[in-house]
Amino acid sequence: MSVATGTLKAAPAAHAEAAGLWSWVTTVDHKRIGIMYFLTSFFFLFVGGLEALLIRIQLMRPENAFISPETYNQMFTMHGTTMVFLVAMPMAVAFFNYLVPLQIGARDVAFPRLNALSYWIYLFGGLFLNSSFLFGAAPNTSWVGYANLTSLQFTPGRNVEFWIIGLSILGVSSIAGGVNFITTIINLRAPGMKLMRMPLFTWMTLVTSFLLVTALPVIAVALIILGFDRFFGANFFQVTAGGDPILWQHLFWLFGHPEVYILILPSFGIISDVIPTFSRKPLFGYPVVVYAGILIGFIGWGVWSHHMFTVGLGPIADSFFVASTMIIAIPTGIKIFNWLATMWGGALRFPTPMLFAIGVVAVFTVGGLSGIMHASAPVDLQQHDSYFVVAHFHYVLVGGALMGLFSGLYFWYPKVTGRMMSEALGKWHFWTTLVGFNLTFFPMHFSGLFGMPRRTWTYQAELNLETWNQLSTVGAFIFGAASLLLVWNVFYSLRKGERATANPWGASTLEWSIPSPPLHYNFPALPEVRSRDPLWDEAERREVEAATLSEPAREPQMPSPSFWPLLTALGVVLTWGLLMTHLWWAPLGGLAFTAFMVFNWAFQPAFR
Amino acid sequence: MAQAAAIAHDDHHYSSTGLSSWKVGFWTFIGSECLFFASLISTYMVYKGRSVVGPYPHEILDIPLTSISTFVLLMSSLAMVLALDGVQKGSRKLALIWLGGVILLGSAFLGFQVYEFSHFVHEGLTLKTNVFGSSFFVLTGFHGAHVSVGVIWMITLWIMAFRNRLPAAGSLKVEIAGLYWHFVDIVWIVIFTLVYLIQ
Repeated sequence: MSVATGTLKAAPAAHAEAAGLWSWVTTVDHKRIGIMYFLTSFFFLFVGGLEALLIRIQLMRPENAFISPETYNQMFTMHGTTMVFLVAMPMAVAFFNYLVPLQIGARDVAFPRLNALSYWIYLFGGLFLNSSFLFGAAPNTSWVGYANLTSLQFTPGRNVEFWIIGLSILGVSSIAGGVNFITTIINLRAPGMKLMRMPLFTWMTLVTSFLLVTALPVIAVALIILGFDRFFGANFFQVTAGGDPILWQHLFWLFGHPEVYILILPSFGIISDVIPTFSRKPLFGYPVVVYAGILIGFIGWGVWSHHMFTVGLGPIADSFFVASTMIIAIPTGIKIFNWLATMWGGALRFPTPMLFAIGVVAVFTVGGLSGIMHASAPVDLQQHDSYFVVAHFHYVLVGGALMGLFSGLYFWYPKVTGRMMSEALGKWHFWTTLVGFNLTFFPMHFSGLFGMPRRTWTYQAELNLETWNQLSTVGAFIFGAASLLLVWNVFYSLRKGERATANPWGASTLEWSIPSPPLHYNFPALPEVRSRDPLWDEAERREVEAATLSEPAREPQMPSPSFWPLLTALGVVLTWGLLMTHLWWAPLGGLAFTAFMVFNWAFQPAFR
Repeated sequence: MAQAAAIAHDDHHYSSTGLSSWKVGFWTFIGSECLFFASLISTYMVYKGRSVVGPYPHEILDIPLTSISTFVLLMSSLAMVLALDGVQKGSRKLALIWLGGVILLGSAFLGFQVYEFSHFVHEGLTLKTNVFGSSFFVLTGFHGAHVSVGVIWMITLWIMAFRNRLPAAGSLKVEIAGLYWHFVDIVWIVIFTLVYLIQ
C-alpha cells in the first residue's frame, strides 16, 4: 500500500540533492522555494502577532498610555500590512509552490527561476518594509492608506514612503508568482490530468493566481500615482488642484476586494482536499465546488464599493454593490454545504488537519454571516469603521484563511518532512486556538456595536467598553500562546516526529503516491491519471505507483540552480529602495543593475 | 503509443496544451499589463476636465504631430510581423532588416515623445502644474517606458541575429517579443484615441 521508509533511505546516491546554504540560495526547486516561503511567512506571522498583542495591551484599559498614539498608528498599520502581504498571501504561495507540481504530476513549475525571483523579492520586500522600524518611521496610515491622509502635507516623514515602496516591491513578486502558477497548471499537467480531475487545492490556486495577476496591477497604479505625488510633486490627490481622494478608494478596493478572495480561496482549496480525506468520501459535488470557486473569483471583481458605502456614491451605485455583495454569498454558501455534505455519512476521523478544516467551516460561516449583515448599505452605515467590522474580517481571515493554512500545514507536513507532527500537541494547538480566537474576536462584535471605533488609540471609561476589550486582550494572549505550541510542534516533530509513510492519511491525490519527502525530481516517470481520486481506485493506484515509485533509467533532467534570480531581486529592491534618497537619478542606478542581472539571467541556459 | 508518450514526458518541453509555456505565461503577463494600463487610463479619464489651472489639453495637445508618431508606431508593428516572418524563414538578412526597422521606428516614436514632453514643459505643463499634467505624463510616460524596454529587447534580438544566434528554431523568442511589441502598440491606439482625439 504505502512505501516503507526503508525504500527512502535506500535511494541511490545519484539521487541525492545538493546540500548546504549555497544550494538553497541558488535553488530553483519548487519544493525548497515552498519551504523558504513558509519559513519566512511563519516568521512574519509572529512579527504581526506581536504587533497585535501590543495593540491589545494598549486597549486593555480605557485611557491607557502603554504605547504612544504615534506608535499605536504604526502598530495597527504594520499589523494589517504584515498579516495580509507578508503572512497570509506568501504562506498560501508556500503551499502553491510545494504542492501544485506534485498534485498535477509535474517535475517543477513552468518557470523555476522566475519562481525563485518571486521568493527573493518577497523576502527583500518584507525586510525593506520592516526596516522602517529601525528608522522610527514605520508606516502609520493603516493598511488601506486612504488618500489624502497619505499626502506629504498631512503625513510628513518617511512612513508612507516605506509603505508605498514596500508594497510596490511585493506586488512584483505576486504578479510573477501568479503568471508562473497559471502557466504551470494550464500547461504542465500529467497525462490524463484533465482540468476537471485536478485536486481542489490546485483549482483554487488557479483561480487565486488569476486574481493575483489582475488585481495587483491595480494597486500598483494606485501606489505609483501616490508615489508620484510624494516623490515628484504630482497632484493626483491634491484636492486644491482638482485631485480626488475617492479615486484612491476605488483603486485600492478594486484591488482590495479581489485580494480578500486571494486570501481565502487557497484555504478553501486546502480544506476541500482535507475534508474528503478524513471523511473517506470523494468531495461532494466536485464540479459545483469548482464552479463556485470560479464564480467567487468573477463576482469578487464586482463588489469593491461595499467598502465605500459611507462615501456617498448615491443610491444606484450603493444598490448595485449591495446586490452583488449578497450574491457572492451564494457560491460561498454552496461550498459550505458541499463540505458538510462530504462529511455527511462519511467514515469520519478527526486528526488535527481535520479539526482545523472543520474549524474553518464553522468559524468562517460566522464571519460570512456578519459579512452579509454589512452587505446591506444602511446596516453598514452603523457598522462602518467600528470594531464590528474588525470582528467580521478577523473571522474570515484568521478563522477562514489562517486556520485553513494551519489545516494544510498539519496535513502536508509529513509529505514535506517525512515526519508526522505530534497529534497531542496538534490537538492542544487546535483547541487553544479556537478558544483564544473566539475570545479575542467575538467580543469585538459587541464593542463595535456599542460604538468602539477602529484605529483609535484609546477610549473613555464612561463608554463601558472595558469588559469587552479585556476579554479580547485575554483571548489574544491565549491565541498567542497557542501559536507557540505550533512553533514547538513544527520544530520538535522535524526531529522527533514519527516517520511518515508515503500516504499516511490514506488520501486520494497524486502527491501521496510519491515518497515522503519527495525526490528532488518528484516523479521518476510521469503517472497517467484516469480519475479525480487516483489513489482510491485499487487498479489505478497500482498503475500510478508503478510510475511514481519506479527507479528511473536515467535521472530526469532538472533545471540548473541559478543565482541570477537572487541578484535580480536585489536589483528590483534597490531600484525602488533608492527612491527613498529623493534623488531622481539614484533609482536609475538600481535599474541599470537590474537590467545587467536580467541579461545575465536571460543568456544563462535553464538546463545544463 | 504509451511508450512514445513516456518519452515525450521526459522532455522538458512537455506541455499538456501543446502550447509553449513561454507563450501561455506571456499571454498571462499581457493580461496583467492590460489591468495596469486600464487603471492608468481610468485615472486619466477620471481627471479629465478637473484641472483648475491651465494649460488644458485642447490648448496644448498637437493632433497632427501625434498622428504622425502614431503612424510611425503602427508601422513598427508591420516591421515586427515581417521580422518574425524573416526569422521563421531562416533568413538572417530579412531578420536584420526588419528588426532594424522596428528599432528605428520605435526609437522615432520615442523621439517624438521626448520632443512632445520637452515642448510641454516649455509651455508650462509639468507633473506639478495640474491634474492634467500629472495624469498625462504618468500615463504616456509609462507607455513610453514600455516602448523603451521593447526597443532594448529588439536591439538584443538584432545583435543575436547579427551573430547568427537567432535560427528559425529559435523564432519563439521573436514571437514573444512581437506579442509584447504589438500589445504596447495597441495600448497606444487606446491612449491616442482617448487622450488626443476625444478631448
